[in-house]
Amino acid sequence: MHARAETAASWPEEIFSILQRFEVRQVPYVPDAGHSELIERVLGSSSMRGIALTTEEEGVALLAGAWAGGQRGVLLMQSSGVGNCINMLSLVQIFRLPFLTLVTMRGEWGEFNPWQVPMGSNTQGILELSGIKVLRASRPDEVREVVEAGAAQAYNACTPTAVLLSQRLIGAKVFTK
Amino acid sequence: MSKANLLDRRAVVSELLRDRKGAFAIGGLGASTYDIAAAGDHDRNFYLWGGMGGAVMIGLGLALAQPTLPVVVITGDGEMLMGMGSLATVGLQQPKNLAIIVLDNEAYGETGGQTSHTGGTADLVGVAKACGIGDSRAISTMAEVEAFASSLQDVTAGPRFASAKIDGANLERVLSSRDGTYIVNRIRGSIGHTPI
Repeated sequence: MHARAETAASWPEEIFSILQRFEVRQVPYVPDAGHSELIERVLGSSSMRGIALTTEEEGVALLAGAWAGGQRGVLLMQSSGVGNCINMLSLVQIFRLPFLTLVTMRGEWGEFNPWQVPMGSNTQGILELSGIKVLRASRPDEVREVVEAGAAQAYNACTPTAVLLSQRLIGAKVFTK
Repeated sequence: MSKANLLDRRAVVSELLRDRKGAFAIGGLGASTYDIAAAGDHDRNFYLWGGMGGAVMIGLGLALAQPTLPVVVITGDGEMLMGMGSLATVGLQQPKNLAIIVLDNEAYGETGGQTSHTGGTADLVGVAKACGIGDSRAISTMAEVEAFASSLQDVTAGPRFASAKIDGANLERVLSSRDGTYIVNRIRGSIGHTPI
């Protein structure tokens, strides 16, 4: 149950297509294993710019600048990164940004590393307290419709949205010596 | 605490924006935003009243979205110290149209003048250079400010970073709009984007 599912290769590709369709141009990210395939697709794309960050809050500020300059973006991060964003998430409300973030979850569903659990357990609550709507995808066959709905409400209705990609979807990280 | 040979922050910002043409100006929260307001309101002024540490990244997002227009981030040493990692991110992206200038009074002026790291051991010009911003310089004269102001119009040779040591005197606050949606939508309107 912890191994990657057969269809695991296809959902990042589906996310990439949705981002293309919504004309996303800037993709700030802090790497996560669960986002690795999507990050590779973004970095190889001619229409999107992948922007490596030193910390996730940089991505929130970057997307505010991108929006002021007329471009859409999406922030890719792991659940622990949500904690790094808290004060900067003020910008999302203050500027009424069409904010979308895709968050790969740790600290749940067969987690090995206890250090991931406190932040993973609080990720959804922190986002909601920060005024961000939270959607979740837990199975490969629901990723497309959940991310599509998240992108639509973020970009069309300026409704800040986070899509949590469950550890059940990604597969728990296996630690071997 | 006033020292000789330090620049006047209002004079520096006024010179930077005097012949700005189409440039966007982002002000870090606190005194830098007041300085930009004092130089004259403008529909491409991006005033910040919070989000400490985010000014350079807002500048980067805007610079990447509008690569033919100059973008200048004008911020303080405390704000820059909080977002120091963003200099590494700028170094990696190499946006040709982005300029960053720190008005360095070596103190947290808004909160009582507590000494900042730049008054001790931290060298922001060294940090910017080490992060890959090749054109990183310390500015100590108005002639150098003028040269920096004209260079930021060249959108083919950035990114640029400068630090100007300024007088620590607290000046009268010149308050800009603090309505974020107004500020952002006015900037968007200036480049032809209508509201959603």
